[in-house]
Amino acid sequence: MPTYLVRRFALALVTTAAAVALTFALVHLAPGEPFLAGAEERFVPPETIARLRRDFGLDRPLAAQFARYVANVARGDLGESFTRRRPVAAVIGETLPATLLLGGVALALSFALGLGLGVVQARRAGGLADAALSTVALALASVPAFWLGLMLLLVFGEWLHWLPVAGMTDAVAGPSRGWLALSLDVARHLVLPALTLALVNAATVARFHRAAMLEALGADFVRAARARGLAEARILAAHAFRAALAPAIALAGLSVPALLTGSVLVESVFGWPGMGRVAYEAIFARDYNVVTGVTVVAAVLVAVGSLLADIGVAAADPRVRRA
Amino acid sequence: MSGGAGERGSGAPNGPLLEIADLRVTFATAEGSAHAVDGVDLLVQAGETVGLVGESGCGKSVTALAVLRLIEHPGLIAPGSRVRFEGRDLLALSERDIRSVRGNHLALIFQEPASALTPVLTVGSQIAEVVRTHQGGSRAEARRKAVELLREVGIPDPEERYSSYPHQLSGGMRQRVLIAIALACRPRLLIADEPTTALDVTIQAEILELLDGLQRQLGMAVLLITHNLGLVAERTRRVYVMYGAQIVEEAPTEALFAAPAHPYTQGLMAAVPRLDEPRDRLAAIPGQVPPATAWPSGCRFHPRCRSAFERCQAENPPLLECGAGRRARCWLVEEPVISRQVAKSPRTGQGEGGRAA
Amino acid sequence: MSPPPLRRAWARFRAHRTAVAAAVVVAALCLAALGAPLLAPADPLAQPDPVGLQNRPPSAEHPLGTDRFSRDVASRLLYGARVSLGIGAAAALLAVVIGAGVGLAAGLGTAAVDQVLMRSVDVALALPRVFLILLALALWEDAPAWVVVGLIAVTGWFQTSRVVRALALRLRESEFVQAARALGAPRSRLAVRHLLPHVAPAVIVSATLDVGNIILLESGLSYLGLGVRAPAPSWGNMILEGKDQLLSAPWVAVAPGAALLLTVAAFNLAGDGLQDALDPRTDG
Repeated sequence: MPTYLVRRFALALVTTAAAVALTFALVHLAPGEPFLAGAEERFVPPETIARLRRDFGLDRPLAAQFARYVANVARGDLGESFTRRRPVAAVIGETLPATLLLGGVALALSFALGLGLGVVQARRAGGLADAALSTVALALASVPAFWLGLMLLLVFGEWLHWLPVAGMTDAVAGPSRGWLALSLDVARHLVLPALTLALVNAATVARFHRAAMLEALGADFVRAARARGLAEARILAAHAFRAALAPAIALAGLSVPALLTGSVLVESVFGWPGMGRVAYEAIFARDYNVVTGVTVVAAVLVAVGSLLADIGVAAADPRVRRA
Repeated sequence: MSGGAGERGSGAPNGPLLEIADLRVTFATAEGSAHAVDGVDLLVQAGETVGLVGESGCGKSVTALAVLRLIEHPGLIAPGSRVRFEGRDLLALSERDIRSVRGNHLALIFQEPASALTPVLTVGSQIAEVVRTHQGGSRAEARRKAVELLREVGIPDPEERYSSYPHQLSGGMRQRVLIAIALACRPRLLIADEPTTALDVTIQAEILELLDGLQRQLGMAVLLITHNLGLVAERTRRVYVMYGAQIVEEAPTEALFAAPAHPYTQGLMAAVPRLDEPRDRLAAIPGQVPPATAWPSGCRFHPRCRSAFERCQAENPPLLECGAGRRARCWLVEEPVISRQVAKSPRTGQGEGGRAA
Repeated sequence: MSPPPLRRAWARFRAHRTAVAAAVVVAALCLAALGAPLLAPADPLAQPDPVGLQNRPPSAEHPLGTDRFSRDVASRLLYGARVSLGIGAAAALLAVVIGAGVGLAAGLGTAAVDQVLMRSVDVALALPRVFLILLALALWEDAPAWVVVGLIAVTGWFQTSRVVRALALRLRESEFVQAARALGAPRSRLAVRHLLPHVAPAVIVSATLDVGNIILLESGLSYLGLGVRAPAPSWGNMILEGKDQLLSAPWVAVAPGAALLLTVAAFNLAGDGLQDALDPRTDG
């Protein structure tokens, strides 16, 4: 098992390095000067440009710049935001927890929903419930997440006034409340965006898990378990579900990129102050340091998610451990 | 008659332990209805070892599954079938009741030890699970019993092995574990479907020894299902031969091997190489087993039978008495005079169809 | 090992009623997109009455109402279909071509080539696709449509390459390939004449299932203002424009979203049906 994990860890490192290299290449291959933040190049005197280039170290050879960038990233220095005049790492640090909260809750919710649906569908495979649930899953997997968010917002936020429509907290009430009130407030704001992300992802999980459960339920060991007089519920839970668990955990790891993608869109719909929204704003402000920083952090998150999933798979399926 | 584990049927003490009557199982397939088991009658007395012999595709495994009501869609057990175990009709029991019989009073061992164990659970926990299901008790007690059972089936270091996963064990060990699971609750009948076919030859003997010993120790009846005539010859008291979803011959083992009545049985024995009889080539039964969706009309074996005549094509014979405790599904029992038409072959020269006992 | 009998596959597909219905819907959508100039009641960019026609609800003249620039939503929807389906099809096609190429190279080439390519795929699969595309699009202002297609394709061919590689590896050891090689056929010829027919079904399935995701991706990019930009209609940017009028003129945002849902669902369902029909594993 240790060799297996070491290999996965090495892969995670390589992936992050590749992401860093790729974003660096993209930014530096683009025409124009990155730090002008939208200002027209021809209006800026050449001496200023030259000076700014020196200041940002852009007059050095590309390889040297890359080396310096990598060294910085390793240290946690992601450069400075052109528009906010603050370290990128600080900006990301402030907004990352919000994204992690949203993503984490969405992941958990999507798996609770998806696994449950998968089990129900497998039990009643071929029946009406199965077909109905499959249709729902198809619709959820085919709907754009941002549009679903808007529709939920419309229904629950505007028409029914059940839930707040934007932000993470109630701006009016202010930060000086007790942590319980604050938590509840955040939770209220979290419902719609997390539900949006969760519903879309749950569709994929349900579909996948249905197939995995059907395969497990059709396996010889399930029939053998029945022959021993075990109750169906027990066979379903302890045998079939356990056998189908490892692929589900692997899927969770694979869901991380999708959730990050979704978070960019959903955060902008709901005004959730996370990393995705920061990236979005930075793109239009031409604040490339922020965008590259976010991309690198996203790559790290994906790698970490993948690694955790691998550990989970090894825990759930003993056959993997000997690899 | 409902109840949990431990309840016995009201069958007479001298009645058969297992009585299968007119069992029919069909499967709905794309090519039509497959009649996998078509009117099988079978008896097993308490403590007896009975063999059920046949090639693959004859319906013997389906019979075993049907006894425990493990036939699933698209398979169906026909309503007229009866399976009496200790006097109770298993096919008429509620779900709860049949569950209390499975793995408890009646156990089944499958052919492939590799796939009968759940890969993500330890072998020990799977034994303990069965113990707890049928006998209750605490986890610790079940664990202790499981370890004892592992020891009983000859697995070294049972304490250690309890926490092993199936993939960590060899084929022979896995089969021992499955035997442990099957015998955990001291069933009165064990149905063993090809218990050694998937194992190496050297391991086969060990497993069979183990089964023999445990059977004697527990006074258990065994229904041994196999295509291996050798196994049946050594270990069973009576034999049923199956072909075409039906029993075609039943006899005490010695009598069967001394003088098989049905041409199919004769063919099976002729096909087995023997050291004590020099021969140029192995006699094979010509033709192939037909698909279960299209059994031949009349006697199902007639297209492949050297002794077939017109009646065989027209009517499927019932099981006809042909000796003490012997029956054969063959018209030659009734019309031995036709034996003149039987082609002589080295082996069947002795026991031709139609020999009246 | 002969290619999966196409006739049987076709029969299986036909038997799967929902898949056939989905395929019909896909065909209808493609036709609608192609025929937009003929079908659209109005010019999607025209603003005949900038003030009076703003945000009108659906009516006889404007079956889906007008948006805040008083443009006919139905027309924009049809023209938007061209964008979504066009980009979807083009990017999916390009992606499977790249993926199949890499997969064949990896499956037929030396072990070293295989390792290098597949490790790269492993790494590439782990990169955050949308962030890279966003970055690239942000750097390239006003990128033309083919750039969007290219970016999406270049970041999405990995799964296809894996599938094709697996097939190529299996087929490589089959008898007829070995026979062809014994007769001296060069590898490229092997790839094209012998392997493509086997690989084609899997690739078609892959492409069909991809189209749905690509359409969603493009709509997301347009929603963020980075894909197809105003005033050219794309379902994504229509939703962007409509989101501020969600209460007063919901049809502006609802129509394109519903269209997306329908289109992607149809492609997914058709792709599933194709997969069931062509995958020998699901055979009886």
